[in-house]
Amino acid sequence: MTTTEPTTAAVERDAEGFLVHPERWTRELAEEIARESGIPELSPRHWQVIEFMRNRYLETGAAPSIRSLGKESGVPIKELYELFPKGPAKLAAKIGGIPKPRGCI
Amino acid sequence: MTELLTAPETAPETEREPVQKVSIVVSKGSLEGIYPALIMANGARMEGIDADLFFTFFGLDAIRKDRQGKIRVATVGNPGLHLPALVGILPGMSWVATKMMQRQMEKLDIPPIGEFLELIHDSGGGIYACHATVEMFGLTMEDFVPQVDGILTVGEFYERSAGAQIVFT
Repeated sequence: MTTTEPTTAAVERDAEGFLVHPERWTRELAEEIARESGIPELSPRHWQVIEFMRNRYLETGAAPSIRSLGKESGVPIKELYELFPKGPAKLAAKIGGIPKPRGCI
Repeated sequence: MTELLTAPETAPETEREPVQKVSIVVSKGSLEGIYPALIMANGARMEGIDADLFFTFFGLDAIRKDRQGKIRVATVGNPGLHLPALVGILPGMSWVATKMMQRQMEKLDIPPIGEFLELIHDSGGGIYACHATVEMFGLTMEDFVPQVDGILTVGEFYERSAGAQIVFT
């Protein structure tokens, strides 16, 4: 079966690479954005963070703070930075297809 | 004179060097003296920027086991609070102002100082005490919370800060 999933070339993204329309996100797209962000392969731990971010955004309309990410995602702060060295909240949001988190914490 | 109104020439977006590293010096021991530095250090890590915190003088209170929980808003000599000067000196004023601010911060998901330092430490941010003031106050590593990575001389601080933007608060 062939799929017609959008690739990064086909979806609209802002200047920093965040998806403009979160509903167009797919897991294949996530893997592509991860690769271009310097993460060659997404492990189950990566997915745990990405899904937590995305679900929280879809439920509340806002991405969680790094504080609640560390407390509630099931992945502690140290590991979050190992998984996403360039900034866990920002990167997980980008890979998860949601807007860039706006908070300072 | 019209040429004065034209925008000054700035380097194109692509040529601007992103900030790679910050070293933040915390010299004040009031709540409003400490929090901005913690927010900036944590915010740097969230952007993938290296961050060190260097605590000196009364800033050391933020990392002292016996004082960390007693950090207060300054209600005297703080015009930003818009309190009449004579009200600021009343017993308990500083406690009340601190409680109000802490409640507001908790609402915004800003952690208490101890938890905030833990967050920064776990994010890979460095936490250091200033050697000169540690000696001046007669302190040792024993007096500090476990997140403190070490005591640095000014020279060592500059060495660690190579290539960093140094911010003094």
